[in-house]
Amino acid sequence: MGMTITQKILAQHAGLQEVRSGDLIEAGLDWCLGNEVTTPPAIKIFRQLGAESVFDKDRVCLVQDHFTPNKDIKSAELCKTMRCFAHEQAISHFYELGRKEMGIEHVILPDNGIVFPGDAVIGADSHTCTYGALGAFATGVGSTDLACAMASGSTWFKIPEAIKVVLHGEFGKYVTGKDLILHLIGMIGVDGALYKSLEFTGDGVKNISMTGRLTICNMAIECGAKNGIFPVDDITLEYISKTNPERYAAGDYKVYQADDDAEYEKVIEIDLAEVPLTVALPHLPSNTKRADECSDIKIDQVVIGSCTNGRLEDIRTAADMFRGHRVADNVRCIVIPGSQRVYREALDNGWLAIFDDAGCVISTPTCGPCLGGHMGVLAKGERCVSTTNRNFVGRMGDTGSEVILSGVPVACASAIAGHVATPDMIGGAYEG
Amino acid sequence: MKVKGLVHKYADNVDTDVIIPARYLNSADPEHLRQHCMEDIDSGFASRVSEGDIMVAGKNFGCGSSREHAPVAIKASGIALVIAEDFARIFYRNSINVGLPILECPEAARAVQAGDELEVDFDTGVITDLTLGQTWQARPFPEFIKNIIDAGGLLDYTRKKLSNE
Repeated sequence: MGMTITQKILAQHAGLQEVRSGDLIEAGLDWCLGNEVTTPPAIKIFRQLGAESVFDKDRVCLVQDHFTPNKDIKSAELCKTMRCFAHEQAISHFYELGRKEMGIEHVILPDNGIVFPGDAVIGADSHTCTYGALGAFATGVGSTDLACAMASGSTWFKIPEAIKVVLHGEFGKYVTGKDLILHLIGMIGVDGALYKSLEFTGDGVKNISMTGRLTICNMAIECGAKNGIFPVDDITLEYISKTNPERYAAGDYKVYQADDDAEYEKVIEIDLAEVPLTVALPHLPSNTKRADECSDIKIDQVVIGSCTNGRLEDIRTAADMFRGHRVADNVRCIVIPGSQRVYREALDNGWLAIFDDAGCVISTPTCGPCLGGHMGVLAKGERCVSTTNRNFVGRMGDTGSEVILSGVPVACASAIAGHVATPDMIGGAYEG
Repeated sequence: MKVKGLVHKYADNVDTDVIIPARYLNSADPEHLRQHCMEDIDSGFASRVSEGDIMVAGKNFGCGSSREHAPVAIKASGIALVIAEDFARIFYRNSINVGLPILECPEAARAVQAGDELEVDFDTGVITDLTLGQTWQARPFPEFIKNIIDAGGLLDYTRKKLSNE
């Protein structure tokens, strides 16, 4: 019986020739990740373990991003706890706010050239599955798992079954990876891939940018998946040759292909041309609808950013959308570049000036409003179109507020129109 | 382990954002988390729940964020066991790791009503609703979880492994 890409990566990290779905394995890890919310409890458990040092100071990434710059005293204490630990352990991938390497965890780990194809990664953050875009195995865990992994450099996994998602053709105008993943979650539901891998394949893959792939894998968790994963192709190699030229030149990565006789629990075929501009209405990511059927929905706020849509291409698209436009009078639009590098590019390219001219708020990189932390929390009765990943009850603020998920073009068009809108509705939008 | 308690019942797709809203994640103290457990879906839960009560829910319980604060908050509330049709994978793993007993049993999860009195034998998986007079058999506990539980939880499992190296 053949293996899927995920199964091959896990087998290799467990030192096994072959694994099958349902097998329990202990796998070595290339990277462990934590943030300032999940790492402090892990540090406590790390001490209880009696561990003195992390398994490898160069393979643990500790990122302050959720409530930063610290929104209150308790948040400051969380960051301080993590910072002291990082310094004590001489963690190389711990960065201070404002530094060029800094930003939202799932934006910087790929962009800084940390994660490469074939790597195995766990992170105490559910959106760790983002890195599947690079052909790596990456999944979210809790703080106890992080603590044990930081100490031992390994963890246990149950080998997942897989769903094969075969992509054909090309996206229509303004349609992005975000629309595809919302569309897929709408098809299979928020538990449609529970415990499973989502393995993307097909001739349509070459037509999806790395940014699109990162967005797609980022939201694999929103249909319950253990991980999402793309095959490695020229787009992947081009990306990693820029993010970490030395590791790329050394050939220190592994490219896996699924076997022809790999077993899939289900096969889903999607024609990218048929994917509409899609939104997810409150209060589940699976509650999807065509964006052009929602123009009667008035909004109070728009958020553009997050680990889902805060990358360079996303912010460039937002600048293209806002050029020559203004945010509607009754709307606040908050633009959050996902990392310090993205922020600097936006500054150097004049995009920040476009946002400022349009009447947007420009924030330092942070998860902030995505999880109702700060920088754009909603009051009761308020409604936000957001490029983030979750629209659960109370996710961005009061339990009586609402979040509508979308891709960047729909979010920008909505900010300009004052209601849910597609780029065609605002006139004069860029050429996609 | 046998538990007997009153049921707090919830629907499908209870996410970790409503189990413990992110605005309270600025502290991981179980007592702090207990006070806000289920606040956004059931504001009276924290004051109503008693030690030994049982939480019963539908499909995909604990979906969303990987915050381990969610099973910690439920455990700190005094909930002795969570029964659901099924669990989101990270929540499932976190519950085992922090020692919150959970059982998957779709039939019981659908039939049991809020306020019923349940008696559950965690080792055999037999669930009895004393109010309805009905009994169900929960799915047997997977082998890999037993291995970790036998070692005394993930903390002790890893501790042991480290001392062997």
